[in-house]
Amino acid sequence: MDLIDTFFNGRVLWDALPLLLMGLGTTLSLGILSIVLGLIGGLALALLRLYGPPALSGLWVLYIDLFRAIPILVLLVIVYYALPFVGIRLSPFASATTALSLVSAAYSAEILRAGIQAIPRGQFEASQALGLSYWSMMGDIVLPQAVRIVIPPMTSNCINVMKDTALASVVAMPDLLKQATQAQALAANPTPLIGAAALYVLLLLPMVRAVGTLERHFAKERR
Amino acid sequence: MQTKNMQAGDIQAGETGRAASAAPAGRPIIAIRDLRKMYGSFCALSGINLDVAEGEVVVLLGPSGSGKSTLIRCINLLETYDSGTVTVDDVAVRPGPNLAAVRSEVGMVFQSFNLFPHMTVLRNVALAPIRVRKLAPKAAEERAMELLTRVGIAEQAGKFPGQLSGGQQQRVAIARALAMEPKILLFDEPTSALDPEMVGEVLDVMQSLARTGVTMVVVTHEMGFARRVADRVIFMERGQIVEEAKPDAFFSAPREERARAFLQAVLNH
Repeated sequence: MDLIDTFFNGRVLWDALPLLLMGLGTTLSLGILSIVLGLIGGLALALLRLYGPPALSGLWVLYIDLFRAIPILVLLVIVYYALPFVGIRLSPFASATTALSLVSAAYSAEILRAGIQAIPRGQFEASQALGLSYWSMMGDIVLPQAVRIVIPPMTSNCINVMKDTALASVVAMPDLLKQATQAQALAANPTPLIGAAALYVLLLLPMVRAVGTLERHFAKERR
Repeated sequence: MQTKNMQAGDIQAGETGRAASAAPAGRPIIAIRDLRKMYGSFCALSGINLDVAEGEVVVLLGPSGSGKSTLIRCINLLETYDSGTVTVDDVAVRPGPNLAAVRSEVGMVFQSFNLFPHMTVLRNVALAPIRVRKLAPKAAEERAMELLTRVGIAEQAGKFPGQLSGGQQQRVAIARALAMEPKILLFDEPTSALDPEMVGEVLDVMQSLARTGVTMVVVTHEMGFARRVADRVIFMERGQIVEEAKPDAFFSAPREERARAFLQAVLNH
């Protein structure tokens, strides 16, 4: 009975719920914005790396490797605590968005590059032989086929970005985890933390399941 | 063979004189000058010179690795080369902003079809006219249906390429190339990836195309097709043109020893 009162206290949860839901909203907007920015940046990086000026390709590889190697928490702390020394002062939300998008772009770029490279050479040659422009070749022929290939790994990446939003609580951003710790302090009871965990799982479990389903679906389609 | 040439002459008045000799007369629609290409230390093309006249059907023969496919792929610059020039309809084919426009005048049919697997058959044929020729989608699809009817697969228009047999896919690929109304059609071993029973349906379509007066350059191992349809046969070996002749002359009495050996090998197996 003590255990239930400590971790699953209904009254405490009910009191904390508005705070938790506010936190969930912040987490969602941070996650979605970072995912979208990361996708745009990743697509640009993948195309630049594959088809951009060869002289610069080392630069894109360096970016992609660097931002996949650096821990997001370290990057976030640098953006929030170090950049003000050079006059760049970002809000917690902007700092977290910047750090998450920079890293997500690097991962997205690698996933998209692999997807584009999996498209047979003949598809490019047929497009070129027909006189299609570069943008039509990519937009009509290559990317629609690449997207099917990259949807499962891309969904995994989105899940990671969503999870990593929790790191933003370190720079005092009122995300789900931060709100939960606040509520826990307020109520002197850890139930809000359990509530936050439940919300994370509710949000991400369907996405995790979707990866497996999509993988099976596309494997069947290609046969 | 004689009848075939007279038909070609009927369609294209003034071309009959050319039929008398192996080399084409008049303005070439494809002009290749001193084309050279190395793959590392392997010489794929060593100084090819070739003119193809408007409306001519040229068949390239030769053992594998002789440079036939490389040569045909240089015409629309799917393959780059080390030196030399390729001119199509008086326009130099070279990298740059004009390349797509030149390529849109040169249709190509590949050994492996290379249809777009995520689009219906109809969309495969209609896409390039919509994107490149700026045709209205409706008009492009009507035209695509006409072409699919012409190659005998109108009833498959709504299917995806993966649901079609190899022969049907290759006929769609021909319709797709025709949709751009190209001046020149290139065929790179169009029947080599097909099951034997499907070779005939594709060759029939190609033969009927040849009668319409479109310029065709065909790389193939189908000797019967070369003999029936070609205006001129070109035999290549080791990146060089070894012999060119009218098909009846080439197949009955090849001048070069290497051509003779090749024909012996392919005809008596």
